[in-house]
Formats: sequence, C-alpha cells, structure tokens
Amino acid sequence: MKSLKAQLHSLADPEEELVILEERHPGGAGSSFRAHLEKIGLYPLQPTTLDIFQINLGKMCNQVCKHCHVDAGPDRKEIMTRETMELCLEVIQREESITCVDLTGGAPEMNPDFRWFVEAIREIRPEVKIIVRCNLTIILANPRFNDLPEFFKKNKVEVVSSLPYFTALKTDSQRGEGVFEKSIEALKLLNLAGYGQKNSDLILNLVYNPSGAFLPGSQSELEDEFKKKLWDRFGVEFNSLFTITNIPISRFLEYLLRTDNYENYMEKLLSAFNPVAAAGVMCRNTISIGWDGFLYDCDFNQMLDLKVNTLNSVHISDWDSAALSTRSIVINNHCFGCTAGAGSSCGGATA
Amino acid sequence: MKTYYNPDDLKKFGTIGDLQKSMADKFFAYYAEVFKEGALTAREKSLIALGVAHALQCPYCIDAYTTDTLEKGCDEEQMMEAVHVAAAIRGGASLVHSTQMINKIKEISM
Repeated sequence: MKSLKAQLHSLADPEEELVILEERHPGGAGSSFRAHLEKIGLYPLQPTTLDIFQINLGKMCNQVCKHCHVDAGPDRKEIMTRETMELCLEVIQREESITCVDLTGGAPEMNPDFRWFVEAIREIRPEVKIIVRCNLTIILANPRFNDLPEFFKKNKVEVVSSLPYFTALKTDSQRGEGVFEKSIEALKLLNLAGYGQKNSDLILNLVYNPSGAFLPGSQSELEDEFKKKLWDRFGVEFNSLFTITNIPISRFLEYLLRTDNYENYMEKLLSAFNPVAAAGVMCRNTISIGWDGFLYDCDFNQMLDLKVNTLNSVHISDWDSAALSTRSIVINNHCFGCTAGAGSSCGGATA
Repeated sequence: MKTYYNPDDLKKFGTIGDLQKSMADKFFAYYAEVFKEGALTAREKSLIALGVAHALQCPYCIDAYTTDTLEKGCDEEQMMEAVHVAAAIRGGASLVHSTQMINKIKEISM
C-alpha cells in the first residue's frame, strides 16, 4: 500500500481535507466545533501551561496503517534534520514548564539522528519524561534496531505503542499483514528488558484505537480486557492502555468517504460532544513541532498544515513563549474527535 | 424505493415521546438504567443485547448493538458466538416443544 501522497490522492492536500470538514459537516456552520465551543464559553480556545513538547521526527515509517493521520510509510522521505533538533533542544532546556518530550513520527527510530537526539535530551534535562511512540515492528525490522529496548532502558524512555486489538485479525486489518505477530514478539523483548513489569519504573503503555467507523469504549474496561488476554494468551505485560479516537483526517478520512461512513461518523462525534473533554483537550498544554520545525497546536493540526496562530513565532527558530502562551488555538471540525465521549488525546481518555 | 425499514429511522427513536411523553420518558430512563454497569458489565449486557436483537430480528437493534459491542471492545468471534446463542435458544425453543407433540401423540395413539 502506498501513501496518499505517493498515490497523488486529492486527500493528500490539506486544503482539500479542510473543504470536506467544513462543507460536508452535518448541520453546517451552526453545529461547527467553533459553535460548540462558543456555547460552553470556551471560544477562543486558549492554552494553559506548556507541559508536553511533541516532536514529529519524520513521516518515514516501515508500516502503512490504514488509519494513519500522518499518511506515513516507507515512501515518505520527510525527516527532521539535526539542525532542527538542536533548535528543539534549546527550547527544551529553556522552557522549564515542559515535563514531557513526546517523540513521534512515522517511526521516529528511523530518523538517523534519533539516538543522538534522545541522549541529548536526557543530558540537558535528566528528569524530563521522554516518550517514544514506537510501532513495535521497527524493533524487528532490521538488526540495527534490535537493541532498541536496551537503548530505551538506558535513557529511561517511556514506550507508547499501538496495538489495536489482542487478536491478529483486527490488528493486521488495520496495521498490515503479519504486524500482530511481530508486535507480540517486540512486546516480549520489551518485557524482557524490564518494560511493563510490576515494580519496574520502565513504562510500557499501549494505544487502542477502533478499527473502523466507531468510537472507543471505556478505557478502564478495555485495559482490563487487554491485560487479561495478552497475559493469558502470550504472557505479555504492560502498564496502561490509552484509548484514542480516530480523527477524521488523512487516511481515516479517505476510509470514511470511500465507505460512505463520513456523515454517520461525524454525527456520532457531534452527538457525543462532551464539554468536560473539550476543556481538557491536549492542545491546551502541548506544542507540536513538525519535521521541518514549524509549530502547531497538535499533531493533527500539523497534518492539516494549520500552523500556530501567532505573528512571529510559527517556527522553532523564532520560538517566543509569551506569544505562544497567549495564542488562540486553531480549531476545525476534526477537533470533534478529541471531545467525543470520554475525550481523546495522545495520552488516552481525558474526561 | 420505499421500504418498511430505513436505517436513518433509528436516529428518530427518541422522538417517540412526541406522541406519548411520560411513557417514553419512563421507558428511556429504564433503558439507560438497564444498560449501566451492574452485576453484569456493560460489555456483557451489550453482547446479550446483540443476541436478543438477532432473536427478535430487529434491524435497528442489530445495527445499534453491532456498533456498541465493537465499541466495547468485543471482536467478531465473540459477537458471532452471541448470535449462535440466540440461534440455539430459538432452535431449542422449537425443538423442546416437540415434547408436547410427543405427549399428544401418546395421548391419542393406541
């Protein structure tokens, strides 16, 4: 499977995606995300304290997942340079409110400067939480990645990995043939290194997202089910399960439109709008940095090319914390994905 | 083409109260109470509902509880087993009545 970009698909163009999100929105402008925020007094949406510094190290990935909001894959060559990483390091060192550096991609480990970057972050901020969003199969993709669990352990990196289900059928249908088996093998290697074990401070969290046009159920119930099944069937352990709602952009939007599920899915998100989840959306305490150094309110806005709404601080080279902390967060109708039901963020449910 | 069942009508379920509000309110309050986590988990109740939906052959309920069981993390295998439970009870309900037939045969036969 090729990326939408390599297919020259119209939905590889963020402008095209925004047209659909606005013009085909159920109920029109009157039921837009902005209108919903206005009703509960949250518009314009403002940041709280900058807590999470999320960096997209590139769109290159060894997998081509059907729902990927990044449209990542082996054919994507966009990758963060060491120069941009150095600019990120300056900000991480300076901004003391940052408690978490969240590395994502693509497969962040495929960036040739990944290990250098992780070690540099650990050196300048010994106590900061470093998260790597690891797709698991990368650990087995090439012998040069086999020691990643030990590298993560050495640098006290928290691992967050997607596993849509505890069976091969559902996992492979979303993430590709054979992904489940390799993921289980990689999870066992992480467990062996001490990750996800009781009385260990090496954290291994899993991400569940629905494999289709429906919402995730209760995070705690799914976590119990995953823990039981993964232990009983494979002897695999992990810490927490994060449920994440699929956001209607990129490949998931393409799937919704192709299968005639778009309107129903959006209606589902709208009817599940939760004001508590809206107040707790992750973009309020996060800055997302693109592979080319541009700044966004979240990884989804990044993929829609909706840069932060500031005059002179849209790139890491022009970082202005005062301007960023008083900005208005850029919203559109895809944001309903983060406010439905129990809410959704890169750290799971929010309400 | 007109049909008796339209998937969009499921969304109108809540409007049945327009014709008789107090009974509808009581029904929906009861319905919500039934599906809450209790001695059975919400997930177990959803699987029961999926089975019952098939036994009653209610297309609205099948749509609703297929989605709901998926959302609650059930997989296709578990969902199909729930339908087999419904089928077994339906089949069994017919077959067990054959005891009445057998009784009657004995009663009126020499």
